[in-house]
Amino acid sequence: MNKLHEMTIHQARTLLEKKEISSEDLTRSVLAQIDRVNPGLNAYITVSGDDAMAQARQADQAISRGETAPLTGIPLAIKDLICTKGVRTTCGSKILENFIPPYDAAVIKKLRQAGAVVVGKLNMDEFAMGSSTEHSAFGPTRNPWDPTRIPGGSSGGSAVAVAADMCLGALGSDTGGSIRQPAAHCGVVGLKPTYGRVSRFGLVAFASSLDQIGPLAKNVTDCALLLNAVAGYDPADSTSVPRSVPDYAGFSSSDLKDLTIGIPREYQSTGGMDPDVSRAMTEAVRKIEDLGASVVSVSLPHTAYAVAAYYVIAPSEASSNLARYDGVKYGRRDTDAETLIDMYRQTRAKGFGPEVQRRIIIGTYALSAGYYDAYYGKASQVRTLITDDFRKAFERCDVIASPVTPTPAWKIGEMADDPLSMYLSDIFTLSANLAGVPGLSVPCGFSRDGLPIGLQLMGPHFAEDTLLKVAYNFEQATDFHTKKPNLKDIS
Amino acid sequence: MKISTDEVLHVAQLARLKLDDEAVGKFSGQVADILDYVETLNQVDTTGITPTSHAISLTNALRDDKPAVHLDREDVLANAPEKGEGAFIVPRIIGDPS
Repeated sequence: MNKLHEMTIHQARTLLEKKEISSEDLTRSVLAQIDRVNPGLNAYITVSGDDAMAQARQADQAISRGETAPLTGIPLAIKDLICTKGVRTTCGSKILENFIPPYDAAVIKKLRQAGAVVVGKLNMDEFAMGSSTEHSAFGPTRNPWDPTRIPGGSSGGSAVAVAADMCLGALGSDTGGSIRQPAAHCGVVGLKPTYGRVSRFGLVAFASSLDQIGPLAKNVTDCALLLNAVAGYDPADSTSVPRSVPDYAGFSSSDLKDLTIGIPREYQSTGGMDPDVSRAMTEAVRKIEDLGASVVSVSLPHTAYAVAAYYVIAPSEASSNLARYDGVKYGRRDTDAETLIDMYRQTRAKGFGPEVQRRIIIGTYALSAGYYDAYYGKASQVRTLITDDFRKAFERCDVIASPVTPTPAWKIGEMADDPLSMYLSDIFTLSANLAGVPGLSVPCGFSRDGLPIGLQLMGPHFAEDTLLKVAYNFEQATDFHTKKPNLKDIS
Repeated sequence: MKISTDEVLHVAQLARLKLDDEAVGKFSGQVADILDYVETLNQVDTTGITPTSHAISLTNALRDDKPAVHLDREDVLANAPEKGEGAFIVPRIIGDPS
């Protein structure tokens, strides 16, 4: 038997229900693993150990009464921009260093109803702005496969906590790839659901028209179990979609004969592709073909403009959303200022890190008088064309397959002074946010340096079930998800 | 494209950010690079294209106007940097600060 913290949600759930293990032992094992490896990896910002143990005891009591819910007793961890009542929620920012939410986000309520044990809060790029988890006021998170490298971002803490067995599963958020990209760099499964599939109530807003909460997990089955728990309509989020939730874990081993997989031509001609990523992609597509799927070439003609459109729209929405951090209602206040306006200016200058300030400047510029039509208006029109590209492509295929990232994880510090290069590394992921379609990352290989590589599967709106079915059968036919990083030297 | 330091300072003022000289210098270069890149959008003909503000077509989400439980005032004020008499306290807004 695996060590307890090394189990998948699916395995632990079976043993908990049979009373072969207790949630207390499982949670203790997870907390011990955090003690061992978190000092070297910095995935957690806050560990609420006592609280977690109390939740675990309650879970064990529920199990002994025969009252089990889908995630009863399962230790999970949460990206630190999802509000947890009574547990501080920092967004990786100094400005919210001491913010303790007075309420639970909708997804946290749902996880608690499902019986989950919330272990703590996970590191991230400040306000989810970044692709490396280097832009956190709480220090960088390190990749367990190579601690000199970034884990991806912005949900880097979530991916690392899952990959290094510091929780059984995690929630992250994805605005331009922030679940899929760290999942790929850390060798775990990550899913960005369709926009509106999961309630954003209690998710601290970055770019409201793009943000979506989703799971990161050790395998596809666990990913589906977590999506089951958090998906669904919520009247408190006016953009959540009133649509029934299927059993996402209802897939089984099957061939993929009824499915057509599209390969975007434009993605193949993207510059800067690492040869190891190209090779892993080719092999993954061949494997999916072996499973019976037909493979066709499709076109997403406006791909070359996705990064530009995204880096107008996301900072514009962010500049507006982040106006609320003004030192009045919550968060840090600079007390030196004598006037209200200086208090705002100093609080925000000291509270936000450089990447957040840079994006606020870009967004404010793009929305300012005389520039709105040229930037935000134009980008929103290009967004329509990108969405149409996907609609047309999905007339010819059920699922689009692509790499998640052009390269494996880069070295910490490598792109620190070159924000544009970092933005360009999001090329394969951010179109899904612009179009609102779901995207999943599943491990599909390793580079020559032993770094994980991810396969991205995208589908039409609300086709999460199809993505999970393809990913599950791909996973069953490969062994990448069984490989673990060597954590012996990490402490 | 070039962004002058005055333009950066103007935008920073709109965004309520007090930037020091170093930050102004760094941002004006980086923001110019990013805006140059964004200019590639002008290669796309968007004549007659409706802008997207929302990825999923939804009509207005309305609900019944019914009273519901809201957060307790003390709970809301608990995170305030300065508070008193059930309100948020802010620095002086009108008049000479001295």
